[in-house]
Amino acid sequence: MSKIEVRALSKSYRVAAKKPGIAGTVNHFIYRRTKEVLAVDNINFKIAKGEMVGFIGSNGAGKTTTLKMLCGLIHPSGGYLRVAGFSPLTRDKKFLRQITFVMGQKQQLIWDLPPLDSIKVNAAIYGLSEKECSNRTYELASMLDLGDELYRPVRKLSLGERMKAELLAALLHRPSILFLDEPTLGLDINAQVRVRQFLSNYNRKYGATIILTSHYMADITSLCRRVLLIDKGRLLFDGLLQDLIQKLSPSRSVIIELNSPQPIEQLSEYGEVVEYDKNFVRLLIPRNDLTSKISSLLIKFPIKDLEITDPPIEQLIGRLLS
Amino acid sequence: MLNIIYTFWITSIASELEYRLNVIVEIISLIGNIAGTIFTLFLFYQQGSNVGGWDFYSSLIIVGIYTLLEALTISILHPNLSQIVKHIQDGTLDYVLLKPINSQLWLSLRKISPWGMPSFIAGVILIFVGLSKNNIIIGNLEIIYAITAICSSFILLYSIWFILATTSIWFVKVWNINEVLRSTLVAGRYPLTAYPPSLRTIFTFVFPIAFLTTVPAQALIGTSGHQNILLSLVFSISLFIISILFWKYALRFYTSASS
Repeated sequence: MSKIEVRALSKSYRVAAKKPGIAGTVNHFIYRRTKEVLAVDNINFKIAKGEMVGFIGSNGAGKTTTLKMLCGLIHPSGGYLRVAGFSPLTRDKKFLRQITFVMGQKQQLIWDLPPLDSIKVNAAIYGLSEKECSNRTYELASMLDLGDELYRPVRKLSLGERMKAELLAALLHRPSILFLDEPTLGLDINAQVRVRQFLSNYNRKYGATIILTSHYMADITSLCRRVLLIDKGRLLFDGLLQDLIQKLSPSRSVIIELNSPQPIEQLSEYGEVVEYDKNFVRLLIPRNDLTSKISSLLIKFPIKDLEITDPPIEQLIGRLLS
Repeated sequence: MLNIIYTFWITSIASELEYRLNVIVEIISLIGNIAGTIFTLFLFYQQGSNVGGWDFYSSLIIVGIYTLLEALTISILHPNLSQIVKHIQDGTLDYVLLKPINSQLWLSLRKISPWGMPSFIAGVILIFVGLSKNNIIIGNLEIIYAITAICSSFILLYSIWFILATTSIWFVKVWNINEVLRSTLVAGRYPLTAYPPSLRTIFTFVFPIAFLTTVPAQALIGTSGHQNILLSLVFSISLFIISILFWKYALRFYTSASS
């Protein structure tokens, strides 16, 4: 049974249409013109229990709006929504106990107090006993590698520490569905890796369903096998990340290091030469005849080293969206 | 439920106590306020022995009740309700709505500030001074009446404030409601009958300041019939119910500030 089911989901907003400058402002004050903006346009998908799915798309594509509809924060303009068997809109308490929403740019921790105080507030709201609260806190803290930080006022924590504490507070009630909106925003590489490892452990340990948006493709590639690509409110792709890459780039990039420079004309018979710098050459070779091309390359040219990679996914998606 | 509120209040007091200097500032501003009010009253009564049918010490009772309401405002209403607009502006209302708890309860009782305590004590003292100087001995019935009336005042003030703050879901920046409300409330420092008839009508029907301070004071002195108290109770409960319905309705339009 699918944990999340979305059919023909749409959301439109009325936004003010205002011209810049003083004249525009005065004009806007008197005659308020608004226009309808379609943030999410007829989206369909299903997500099974325990899946980790990545939402990708440029800024303003409708990812966050979709997440907010899935957890019942905003009302859809149309369509059918079921999350854990509930209609999110009703904000049923049983539903809210099963989900959590972590937003990289908003925080729920009390600024002036140590995270433990916020954790206690959450424990009271979710009706956890003191013992249960401290057990879970201990467990999550060790998964997240948090210690002393829990006793320091939030305002004194680094961004990475604060995010980890946010995750702890958001997961205290052991939700089975996690909505994560840019959970690694602004974190350094180490902290990003920690958060990723934690999420993947949490997913394995509790069989939680995780939907994640991120601008760091590394988050998506290391966590999600399946991705949903959204652009201008429309779902452009729903499937395995590997298939998306295949679809977006029919070629792979081959970097060769030669013993001596070779004429570019000869090399370009094998594929498109993207970089050419004396002994270093980067070629794009179609996936279909990759092996045959490479074996003949190895025979014909004095090759010292060879590396086959996929073009960076950011580039691929960027190219698709532009 | 009580456990949740207890945890809320413990954490919010802890949070307030992070800033120690506040205590002094609050106490100084309280003394200034009360002194100012009493001085104004004193000027009024220099000429005549009563204003709108109230003598000096009876007016002190009104000031006392006003100070008491002010205390509740400082401790509960202001810390919570003034945050609603901010929650909506910043989109942190999301976190409130995601919790399996009544969102209005959270928004109304999440915080408590200890700084209302001095006002509370001052209010009680003023009421007692007013009563004893008037040689009024209050019976149990008057106490019940007065407490009912003060509770209604509080609910009334809360409901109006909450309803106005709710409108920020549409308007986002509601022209500093908090300040407007608090300064209008100041009108309740003096007996209703001290105002000209036109203002009196406004203060009874449009912005019901009359119910906030004058009715409870009359209840204490024993000059108020129980119809007035009943009326104020019915009025406040109806507004409270409206505030609940209005909040539920407004949430449908919440768009959650974009991130």
